[in-house]
Amino acid sequence: MTLELRNISQRVGANTYIHDTSLVLENGSFNVLLGTTLAGKTTLMQLIAGIQKPTTGEIWFKGRNITRLPVQKRNVSMVYQQFINYPNFNVYDNIASPLRVAGMDAAEIERRVGSAAELLRLTPMLKRKPSELSGGQQQRTAIARAVVKDSDIILLDEPLANLDYKLREELRDELPKLFQGRDAIVIYATTEPIEALLFGGNTATLHEGRVIQFGPTSAIYRKPSDLLSAQVFSDPPINTAKISKRGKEIVIFDRVKWPAGRVEKLLPDGDYTIGIRPHNIGTAGHGKAVGAIEGRVLVTELSGSESVIHCDIAGKTWISQSHGIHPFDVGSNAKLFVDIDQSLFFGPNNEFIV
Amino acid sequence: MAKITLRNLKHSYLPFPTQEEHYSLKRISLDWADGGAYALLGPSGCGKTTLLNLISGLLVPTEGEILFDGQDVSRRTPEQRNIAQVFQFPVIYDTMTVYDNLAFPLRNRGTGETEVDKRVRDIAGMLDLSKTLKNRASGLTADGKQKISLGRGLVRSDVNVIMFDEPLTVIDPHLKWQLRSKLKELHQRIRRTMIYVTHDQTEALTFADQVVVMNNGEVVQTGTPIDLFERPMHTFVGHFIGSPGMNVLPCEVKGGKATFAGHEVATANARDFKGASKKLELGVRPEFVSFAKKGIPVDIVKVADAGRFRIVETRAASKSIKLLVPEGEDIPEGKSHLAFDTAHTQVYEDGWIVGARP
Repeated sequence: MTLELRNISQRVGANTYIHDTSLVLENGSFNVLLGTTLAGKTTLMQLIAGIQKPTTGEIWFKGRNITRLPVQKRNVSMVYQQFINYPNFNVYDNIASPLRVAGMDAAEIERRVGSAAELLRLTPMLKRKPSELSGGQQQRTAIARAVVKDSDIILLDEPLANLDYKLREELRDELPKLFQGRDAIVIYATTEPIEALLFGGNTATLHEGRVIQFGPTSAIYRKPSDLLSAQVFSDPPINTAKISKRGKEIVIFDRVKWPAGRVEKLLPDGDYTIGIRPHNIGTAGHGKAVGAIEGRVLVTELSGSESVIHCDIAGKTWISQSHGIHPFDVGSNAKLFVDIDQSLFFGPNNEFIV
Repeated sequence: MAKITLRNLKHSYLPFPTQEEHYSLKRISLDWADGGAYALLGPSGCGKTTLLNLISGLLVPTEGEILFDGQDVSRRTPEQRNIAQVFQFPVIYDTMTVYDNLAFPLRNRGTGETEVDKRVRDIAGMLDLSKTLKNRASGLTADGKQKISLGRGLVRSDVNVIMFDEPLTVIDPHLKWQLRSKLKELHQRIRRTMIYVTHDQTEALTFADQVVVMNNGEVVQTGTPIDLFERPMHTFVGHFIGSPGMNVLPCEVKGGKATFAGHEVATANARDFKGASKKLELGVRPEFVSFAKKGIPVDIVKVADAGRFRIVETRAASKSIKLLVPEGEDIPEGKSHLAFDTAHTQVYEDGWIVGARP
């Protein structure tokens, strides 16, 4: 049982929302669509659900072309960013609603609602109306409704975005457990790289209506296909600069020389773009090849365990994230150290090399 | 600008509150210095927005006083209090240009055009809006509009306090970094009293010099980000701040020594434990737990990759203990032992840290 998007695209008038996209999603998989607002995540989900029809291309499911199949016949569930429940139904009836529509018998409904409520810790709230629930409980109810029936495809469109930080953390922990071993394809849209990482599974990085890269999450994070994919998958943003590699050295900002480290042998001499994630540039050197750089401090953010230093280096804002408390005054000079062996190198077309 | 004092402030939404639970805000006394950056942090329903509305004058307190520079303003209107506020959603005039939007709060107060022009251009410069001043606000993205809202909050030099109510909630993560650091930079440049309300610990800790953590209508702890991280006064603070939060484990204390599930655990404060409490717990953050040759025996349950580190969930005596392991370091499989960093392992009695309560 697979879901296949074959060269689908979506245009409305002169606007293209999805460019030629192909994806294959396997049954039992957890797939994250990662990208900023307007990257095309919601459109892609609506195409999969059947709420929108693609302008070109086909969608295949279980070996069947379902491109023209309406949403009602696709057996999908969807959870939105806004908590959507029936306001005049209590929690029990909200969760039971798709089962009643399907004409399931009462005993089975009771069993399923009970177990979904248990999983989502809603058992004590079953008799309450949505208005008597906290935001987290309302969203749990919406999620329970999505998982209670045996949907083939479960679509979650930024379901945690409107929740408190701590609740988000809890649900992030619970959601993958909820879908483990389920006979369904789960698709989860988010703007937050950390969510994709913690869920594991697969990730598709999206940008301006294109899927840049798709594969196992950890592989996408560690081996982005190009600079754009790395940028989509970095929070805080990845630092970049043009460099030229000459033998045992890297020259950055036309003047600063760094040891080439492991890329000495891996890269032919020439011009590249270096990508340095903020945690690979800090106030102390790490790794075998360390490159030093000085910058003017724009601002320092201390989080209790970490320091995030925003620096101006040759007219660009760089971000360093390091352990410990390192207060720097605004406008002072900070010396930072780059772990070169952990850095990413991109070619002339921003394609990933090392 | 003003120093803000809250004196025995209480608030209830009921007309005749008689019991403690009728109060959404339970007795708060605080001093906020002129020019400081403060955050009110807590979960939904903790009373932080109530407190903000009391300070801005949208609500009148049931009891107690609010003082600006020693003057009681508790019963003054929002206009009389002379404050600026930035909300969760951008509040701007779509039909006006960026310039006119920024100028609005000044013109509204009858500021002369020469001064208006100077202030608008100043603030636009700080927010990188100089090139878009002539554009209409309607065509802007959410973060662009929120930037103007921030600018409108910051443009007047005569306000007593600038208050931010979850201003970055609708902003994408990569833009949050930019706006947050911009705001912090602006605070360091203009040094006005700023109060930032949020449920997001990262925003609170990175913005504020002093963070006020609230829960159930009460202040649980006020401190610097480092205080809150290294020495949470209550298990709630330990849990709420930090991602994942502090591990909290049941324990016993005898003769100044703490034990968890029969294993002695060295702590920073067990020797200060005096009396009998209903509930004794150990608190240690995942950052201060590591794998060791000996110590507390655990089963490794789950490893989640967070990129630069992994969150490892272990289990000991049916309790979950989490720890962070940096990228690249080995994680044992199946069973192992844990060691806690003594200086950062604390005993809590009935939720509060041992030895700190007066």
